[in-house]
Amino acid sequence: MRLRDFRLWGLAPAWAIMALTLILPIGIVLLVSLATRGAYGGFDWGLSFDSYAKILFEEDWDGNLAFTPQYLLIIGRTLWLATLTTLICAALALPAAYTIAQAPGRWKPVLIYLVTLPFWVSMIVRVYAWIIILGNDGVIEKTLRGLGLVTDIGSLLFTDGAMLVGLVYSYIPLMILPVFASIEKLDGSLIEASHDLYGSRWVTARRVILPLSLPGVMAGAVLVFVPCLGAVLEPILLGGGKTMLMGNLIQTQFGGGRNWPFGAAIAVTLMVLVMIFLMLNALRARKGAAHG
Amino acid sequence: MADVKRYPGARVFTALFFVWLYAPILVVIAYSFNENRLASVWTGFSWRWYESALQNRALLDAVKISLTVASVATLIATTVALMAALVLVRGRDVRLRRVSETVVNLPLLLPEIVLAVAVLILFSQIGLQNGMAKLIIAHTAFCIPFAFLPIRARLQGMEPDFEEAAQDLYATPWVAFRRVTLPLIAPGVFAGAMLAFVISMDDFITSNMLNSGGSTTLPVYIFGLIKQGTTPELNAISTLIVLGSLVLATTALILTFRTPSRG
Amino acid sequence: MRNKAIEVRDVAKSFGSFQALKGVSFDIYDNEFFTMLGPSGCGKTTLLRMIAGFEAPTSGSIRLHGRDIGAEPPHKRRVNTVFQSYALFPHMTLEANIAFALENLGWKRDRIRARVAQMLELVHMSQFANRRPAQLSGGQRQRIALARALASEPEVLLLDEPLSALDLKLRQAMRDELRELQRATGITFIFVTHDQEEALDMSDRICVLGAGEVQQIGTPGEVYEDPENRFVADFIGETNFLPAEVIGVEDGRATVRTPLGLVNTYQKGARVGASATLSLRPEKIGLDEQVPEGVERLRGVVSSRNYMGGYTHYTIAVNGVELRVSKRNAVSHSASLEPGRAVELGFRPDSARVLGQ
Repeated sequence: MRLRDFRLWGLAPAWAIMALTLILPIGIVLLVSLATRGAYGGFDWGLSFDSYAKILFEEDWDGNLAFTPQYLLIIGRTLWLATLTTLICAALALPAAYTIAQAPGRWKPVLIYLVTLPFWVSMIVRVYAWIIILGNDGVIEKTLRGLGLVTDIGSLLFTDGAMLVGLVYSYIPLMILPVFASIEKLDGSLIEASHDLYGSRWVTARRVILPLSLPGVMAGAVLVFVPCLGAVLEPILLGGGKTMLMGNLIQTQFGGGRNWPFGAAIAVTLMVLVMIFLMLNALRARKGAAHG
Repeated sequence: MADVKRYPGARVFTALFFVWLYAPILVVIAYSFNENRLASVWTGFSWRWYESALQNRALLDAVKISLTVASVATLIATTVALMAALVLVRGRDVRLRRVSETVVNLPLLLPEIVLAVAVLILFSQIGLQNGMAKLIIAHTAFCIPFAFLPIRARLQGMEPDFEEAAQDLYATPWVAFRRVTLPLIAPGVFAGAMLAFVISMDDFITSNMLNSGGSTTLPVYIFGLIKQGTTPELNAISTLIVLGSLVLATTALILTFRTPSRG
Repeated sequence: MRNKAIEVRDVAKSFGSFQALKGVSFDIYDNEFFTMLGPSGCGKTTLLRMIAGFEAPTSGSIRLHGRDIGAEPPHKRRVNTVFQSYALFPHMTLEANIAFALENLGWKRDRIRARVAQMLELVHMSQFANRRPAQLSGGQRQRIALARALASEPEVLLLDEPLSALDLKLRQAMRDELRELQRATGITFIFVTHDQEEALDMSDRICVLGAGEVQQIGTPGEVYEDPENRFVADFIGETNFLPAEVIGVEDGRATVRTPLGLVNTYQKGARVGASATLSLRPEKIGLDEQVPEGVERLRGVVSSRNYMGGYTHYTIAVNGVELRVSKRNAVSHSASLEPGRAVELGFRPDSARVLGQ
């Protein structure tokens, strides 16, 4: 039967593309992370854990390995900023999505359209906008000076705070949409029931609305957290050269062929972190489903 | 009696939220009309930076490359995603259904920088030199899940009754697909294609990693300009891009909701 | 001898470990209004989908006018379905919906146009030809679904609970229309429903399905008055089941001892010494002046009463059992019986049935 065949050849192109451009190459990345740095940039195949050791240790002048925290700090900062971004996105998205969901019927699609619109605008343009705002002599500085509040606030740009603003701004639509989807499904009579049973607004928000919108928050968390871990643009443009995240650390190792095995090792580390996060999340979701 | 579903301050908060969402984009647009060469010093209104942007050869080349890559990648990715979605949603007793679904969505499960590194190493190993080919192959791969998800959602939302009715009324599987399934999931296919196109146009990480002489995409080109400092011309270019995104997003929205979905 | 339109032979179907159908066999004749009736999960829809070609039997065969259609895909079978959801193509006009099958069969354009017009005429929808399904009411959709399925003059028309989406009043009207349409076209209708009233009203023959097996096939009168077993008696209409001890069996009749005394009547599957059930429909029992002449009069007490408008349902305690009795509210208003009142009641033994299983 033809349909029977279609089950095979219908999936074949997707499998072929993913196998050749993702699965196989990621295997190669693994191998490269175990290779050694070549004399002229590239790398020589081999089986060495030097690149992974380099994350923790530095070879000093005598060839001894000494513990160095610099890359651990980058990994830590990446995890911390990604977590913070996700939490802030959730904190902003919950009240906004709730208000949109409560809006009258004909306003709702307009508001949702307005929330999605910035996401269609090129990421690089949106990040660039924050340079104009936060930069030296930027909008914020000029406004504050105009009000006579300050004379010189120093640079807001090239700080962890600037990166954080950029990351939240870049990924907030990815949090709002799933949160909105789960809040919109929330039956209004549940809120009324909570009030009927002597729950205040605050109690209702905490014990009825929040738990019922949690599936959306969790879905949004995956969508925000994963790209944040691998962010490249925000750290380069808003964080400046000195405050590195894993994303631009990897990028630097490949730019100009500096140290491919080390870059690959960081990439593998990043991949492992993401996998751990996704597995924890899936475990949580399964547990939640079993309870619900 | 007060509406218990309304929270005091929530509307104000949401209004401020929208201001925050749009203010940066509006600032870029406003500054693009600044006559002064120094982007941050306002001296008067002018169109001149648009003129100079539209005469900028390097910019136009980057736009051309981005459009070509995005078009080809979208076409391939949407076709591949459509086929995969048909099998995964409608196929019966499909072996490896869950694994296949994960594989199709793989690019969403990994940070893009990892994918960028992976294709970079792959292309260097097989010795692929053609910059455009590299971009198209990589973009196709990460566009597939973005095309796949809306198509799958649309198919899942559509009862199999229509397709069964078509076959019941003597339509061969191909005719049933062409005359019933495809028209009914068209909004999903369209939304998927739009999403894939925008994702490709917008991509920086992979395109930057694969960047070589003749294959600088628009975001990579803009990145280069930003590194040189903010200029009014850059603001004008950014505004044009915002405008393009707006048109794209609005058409997508209108076309997605125009087709009647249910009978 | 009538022609066989469909022959179902030992058809079984399993979904994983669940046996939806446990080997059923029956024939459906040309020109028949044949109903498959049963509770949800009895396998009736599965059977219908196998005749249409959407499911393949795990074992057994289905013949359409003598030809085994087991391996034929749905688009090659001259069998059409009216879906429960109607499944009218939302992106096509009504005309285009009806023309769809004819185009696939390769008819010439003029012939298609004429046929579509004729079908729209048949279901009284000519003025709506260019509308889309979304602009129609439930009843109109139903008619278009019928016109679409009948346009190609299929050998058999399958109807999957087509009335379930309509409201009560409309459902009644559509029953008559369906019956009318079947007579007018002379096409064999196979109708699936869980609504016994619908089945009794419209069918030439009813196939009662339960737990993946055929329980009984017969005319509406047969399945109601002469149920094959407890399942059929229970599923179709209301009835009182009384424990019965079989004393004697001869010639399709049995004598049983019941709480209402000795009863001699028609039987199915009764064996001497084995326990059986006496099925006695509520409307077969007369109260007071309505007790049939020449039958034993029993004494009971009204224990509850449900006024239903056209009828009143009573529960009456007799000899330690509770009997349900329904009494039509008479032409002239008669006094209703208060709970606690003593009544006399009786029934013709031949209106009861002894059922072995």
